Amino acid sequence: MSVWFSDAASAWSAVVLTVQLASVTTVLLLCVATPLAWWLSQTRSRWRAPILAFVTLPLVLPPTVLGFYLLVAMGPQGWLGQWTQAMGWGLLSFTFSGLVLGSMVFSLPFAVQPLQHAFDAMGPRPMEVAATLGARPLDAFFSVALPLARPGMVTAAILTFAHTVGEFGVVLMIGGNVPGQTRVVSTQIYGHVEAMEYAQAHALAAGMLAFSFVVLLALAAVKRRWPGVGA
Amino acid sequence: MGHNHIRLCLPRANHVLALDVSLPDHGITVILGASGSGKTSLLRCVAGLERAQDAYMEMGGVVWQDDALGIFVPTWQRAVGYVFQEASLLPHLDVKQNLAYGLKRAGHRATTHSLGQAVDLLGIGPLLGRSTARLSGGERQRVALARALASQPRLLLLDEPMASLDAARRQDILPWLEKMRDELHLPMLYVTHAVDEAARLGAHMLVLENGQVKTQGSVADVFANIEQPQWVGEDMGAWLQGTVVERQADWHLCRVAFEGGQMWLRDTGVALGQMVRMRVLARDVSIATELPLHTSIQNQLSAVIEAVAPDAHPSQVLVRLRVGPWAVLARITQKAWSDLALHLGQTVCVQVKSVAVVA
Repeated sequence: MSVWFSDAASAWSAVVLTVQLASVTTVLLLCVATPLAWWLSQTRSRWRAPILAFVTLPLVLPPTVLGFYLLVAMGPQGWLGQWTQAMGWGLLSFTFSGLVLGSMVFSLPFAVQPLQHAFDAMGPRPMEVAATLGARPLDAFFSVALPLARPGMVTAAILTFAHTVGEFGVVLMIGGNVPGQTRVVSTQIYGHVEAMEYAQAHALAAGMLAFSFVVLLALAAVKRRWPGVGA
Repeated sequence: MGHNHIRLCLPRANHVLALDVSLPDHGITVILGASGSGKTSLLRCVAGLERAQDAYMEMGGVVWQDDALGIFVPTWQRAVGYVFQEASLLPHLDVKQNLAYGLKRAGHRATTHSLGQAVDLLGIGPLLGRSTARLSGGERQRVALARALASQPRLLLLDEPMASLDAARRQDILPWLEKMRDELHLPMLYVTHAVDEAARLGAHMLVLENGQVKTQGSVADVFANIEQPQWVGEDMGAWLQGTVVERQADWHLCRVAFEGGQMWLRDTGVALGQMVRMRVLARDVSIATELPLHTSIQNQLSAVIEAVAPDAHPSQVLVRLRVGPWAVLARITQKAWSDLALHLGQTVCVQVKSVAVVA
């Protein structure tokens, strides 16, 4: 009885942590990805191609590689670690904040691409119309570009959330497996399998399967409602 | 009272676009040219959407651009209205919100009163609650016109506003444009490649060719220019403007008076007192040295021969005749010119077989 109870409690804590991580990552990443996607869709700078490639890197890199470099950067000798220590925040490795940062980098292309497609699909005309009607550039961005890119934004949010829930390699590298701190569902499943606890692993894995299926259904609904926009 | 002047220069792929024009306080200046002649670029420069070089633009006493002094006012600060070629309503807003968008941002220039006026002028009151997706092409352009007017611009730029419409829809929009032209105290630049639109709407006209102004002047003068004809063939003709003064219901005719003469036209139901533009094709005009007595042609005007120029075919010549302030073109044979011993400065009788009333 008590064994079952502690299993359920630790599973629940992993689920809560996963949802927290995915939510915080999604909100913060959209704030970063939206201006970045806008810049990529508007600029004619020669920096566009290298920056686009850099943003897309997490799509092709093994998560362990990404996690490794993030871990090194966040460590006491890393540039990021030095900076966070200097700011008095301590080290980010093996903390929730570190996980959020890692997840943001990991999901960056999943947020930037749908947004950029939405901005590209809009074309220059709506912003020109806004300018001739007296809207200053920032005003036009919020009153025209963002509302028109809403389907791209919804797609970006769904993809980021789902992708963060499903990440494993990056979490393992920079988060370790601290219960209640950095132990999310995917690492929890890994732990169960290593300990030969197939029943517990199965319960969580089935939950992930169902969740992923629902996410894909939601994406299909977005595409049906706003055809031709988003990823 | 302010001064309206536009001078600009824009290097393009294979020519330099250059323009220098003063605009009256109201009325339409038509910019006519083939595609690729730089018409749209010109409007975009005036709006500040593209940056012209060595430009000077002043509207109603406000300088928008003066490269000599390094002044460039961005688009959103120019009191300009812009109607794009295709429907450009903001799709996430309904009709009312589209109209309000410009109004909110126009500052003290615009008031809800100016919005009401624009709505009335373009007859879009019944459309206000609709979503933009549920408008026809013509309705969309009327809303776009009202939206541009509601923010009380000092200059209205129209980039082929009827290009995306079929012929029937164009006929629906034209009267609204004429109403704007006649009722608003607002200079407008109207870009088109359609000669009939130019003739019907314009007062002043610029013909662009490869970025250069080929001809400019009043619409009537540009059309009557036979020394450097802009158009050849059957379309060659002149434009006159007059007022409907009398109607003969028995004969289904109405009399249009203009400075220098009058003509009887087919009664198309135009109200008495209304201004109409008439198109007289050169092929429908003949010349007589004496007043012909027995002729089926009802309209005879006294005119002075002003110029003669060879036509496309060597058997024919084009003759420009002055009727009051108006010019009339006649296409006659070289032989008739010689047999009648016509000469410049001679007063003759012009017979007009057919006149098209365009508005």
